[in-house]
Amino acid sequence: MQIPHEYGAHEARLPEPVDPNMINAPIPLGTRLDLYRLQQQMRQFEKRAYDLFLQNLVKGTSHLSIGMEAIAAGVGQAMRADDYTFATYRGHAHTLARGVPMGPVLAELLGRSNGLLAGKGGSMHLTSVERGVMGSYAIIGAQLCIACGSAWSAQFRGTDQITVAFMGDGATNIGAFHEALNFAAVFRLPVVFVCENNLYMEYTSIFDVTAVEHPAADRASAYGLDRIVVDGNDADAVYMAASSAISKARQGGGPSLIEATTYRHGGHSRADPGKYRPDGEVAAWLDRDPIPMYHQRLLTLGVSEADLDQVQRDVADEVEAATVFAKGGAPPQADTALTDVWADGGSSWRN
Amino acid sequence: MTTMAMNAAIRSAIDVMMERDDNVVVFGEDIGYFGGVFRCTEGLQAKYGSERVFDAPIAEGGIVGAAVGMGAYGLRPVIEIQFADYVYPGLDQLISEAARLRYRSSAEFTAPLTVRMPCGGGIHGGQTHSQSPESLFTHVCGLITVIPSNPYDAKGLLIASIEDDDPVIFLEPKRLYNGPFDGHHDKPVVPWAGHPLGEVPDGYYRVELGSAAIRRPGDDLTVLAYGTMVYVAEAAAEETGIDAEIIDLRTLLPLDTDTIEASVAKTGRCVIVHEATRTSGFGAELSATVQELCFYHLEAPIERVTGWDTPYPHAQEWDYFPGPARVGAAYRRVIAA
Ligand SMILES: Cc1ncc(C[n+]2csc(CCOP(=O)(O)OP(=O)(O)O)c2C)c(N)n1
Ligand SMILES: [Mg+2]
Repeated sequence: MQIPHEYGAHEARLPEPVDPNMINAPIPLGTRLDLYRLQQQMRQFEKRAYDLFLQNLVKGTSHLSIGMEAIAAGVGQAMRADDYTFATYRGHAHTLARGVPMGPVLAELLGRSNGLLAGKGGSMHLTSVERGVMGSYAIIGAQLCIACGSAWSAQFRGTDQITVAFMGDGATNIGAFHEALNFAAVFRLPVVFVCENNLYMEYTSIFDVTAVEHPAADRASAYGLDRIVVDGNDADAVYMAASSAISKARQGGGPSLIEATTYRHGGHSRADPGKYRPDGEVAAWLDRDPIPMYHQRLLTLGVSEADLDQVQRDVADEVEAATVFAKGGAPPQADTALTDVWADGGSSWRN
Repeated sequence: MTTMAMNAAIRSAIDVMMERDDNVVVFGEDIGYFGGVFRCTEGLQAKYGSERVFDAPIAEGGIVGAAVGMGAYGLRPVIEIQFADYVYPGLDQLISEAARLRYRSSAEFTAPLTVRMPCGGGIHGGQTHSQSPESLFTHVCGLITVIPSNPYDAKGLLIASIEDDDPVIFLEPKRLYNGPFDGHHDKPVVPWAGHPLGEVPDGYYRVELGSAAIRRPGDDLTVLAYGTMVYVAEAAAEETGIDAEIIDLRTLLPLDTDTIEASVAKTGRCVIVHEATRTSGFGAELSATVQELCFYHLEAPIERVTGWDTPYPHAQEWDYFPGPARVGAAYRRVIAA
């Protein structure tokens, strides 16, 4: 066994061109405008979160999904309000996609008492049961098995709620991924697994440690599922794939596994400059930024520049208001850390 | 001698052992090309090749399991679990297999692997990047548990761990990689340069497993600590003016009961400090041991200063963390009792 390539000099994986037919997908214009707004919200929110790191206001590390917004937006838009989402630690966009308001999310990143979880969760554990966000999971793969349980519960209760569970490409190599897929397939659970394949785990290319080319899709057949690979940088493509998987699940047709190919513009976490990636690769993917592409598509579809501008400005105002809200929150009291370990609300041993 | 940070000392230990023993192999997540999140394996792949230093998929169960098999068949794997918080998917392989292979095979098989993992808080890691799970390992018969507090010990203990024929859990307090940390988080970081234990011999040396070190001799009370808490205990002694004898346990299992017994017999008082949660923490084992060995010397109840019995909080890190004020208050109570 020899080192296959110099550090960071591995073969660049370039994006596929945009599918020219996607503009003709049967998606109402109103839905497309929602997809545009969602992507704007995710992008502008995360840019602000990054600025706040630089000002040292964010507690702990944080993982941004700038460049990957089309996936969370496309999937979120295809979901119903009472469906369930299981997010990853790279989960700001997964959370915003369910309509969780920005202010409490940002305050949570800052570790403030007015945060979504009163400062108890932080960036990696965003949760909003009210909006069906059943948590963000920092232990790779854990959410996939838990999602089987929430899907089971919906099936058991006879509702037609479905569950979406996000994961990264790296998660496809841990046992939990395979356990969850088999479990979901055997019991025909109403769950849609969405793999955000951004080509890297933390600092290592997924291709260096995975037996197949498409870490999720090429495993689907092992569980009797269809092989689905979509352009994760095209919100319409994601929306179409998610809609069809979701309606299949809702109608009792069982689980799906969607692999969405994408790229993160920045590093793994805030401290990471992402130098292990070939320059040409980064440049090519920056060029395939999902948001300007979608902007252009809407113009082609006849939406005016002024209308899109307005969306951007509305979102900017929303981010501004969220920032004021978050910065205005007090740090949590020390003793709130001692609450809610146990069902009686406390942290002492129950006896 | 070279002045080194603790992560560099760990790298140096692995380097020395790879040089001496062709059977030493190193793997884990992001440890090859990238050199590890905390840089503990930087440069080793370039030096020894990807046959001996390689990146693993995200699969802790698979990583530990493969290491068990390698160990049983002649290799000496040194694996990295990126954060101790990620070891749980690998616990089954550690507990059911690695720890018991020797016993159930009547010593035909052993699993001489070393499992390195950064532990502890103080870096705003929240509940999945801050835990101190040492007592999960000390509770398992067949696992050795080591936790250094400085570069000199880290290198010597890691070499002894790699050479040991039993599976070793090697916990690295991540807040100590770049310097000693006494819990005063608002003060600037102190580097290892300038600390006597930042001076590390260049080649091979061992610090024996099962030997504690007295960091500060004293007569008023005995403090049992390890990892980051050694520096907190020192700061508390300085700030209270109490003449504490501070013992850095260095290995939790095997435990250096001779050093503990001699000290408590002298001082008659004992405070135990750890960052992990309190209930069933390693402090409980230490307290019982001191009681068994030193009951007739004790002049005050033994006190434990620990993390709270909660998940590691995200926003209230410094309330959870047993800093010098909490430790110093315990010294005062034990002296007054
Ligand atoms: C069980 C476990 N092992 C290791 C880690 C450390 N870790 C955090 S993120 C990450 C990479 C995950 O890569 P991927 O699944 O591709 O997601 P991405 O970060 O690219 O979105 C790793 C190894 C973890 N969180 N959990
Ligand atoms: Mg990835």
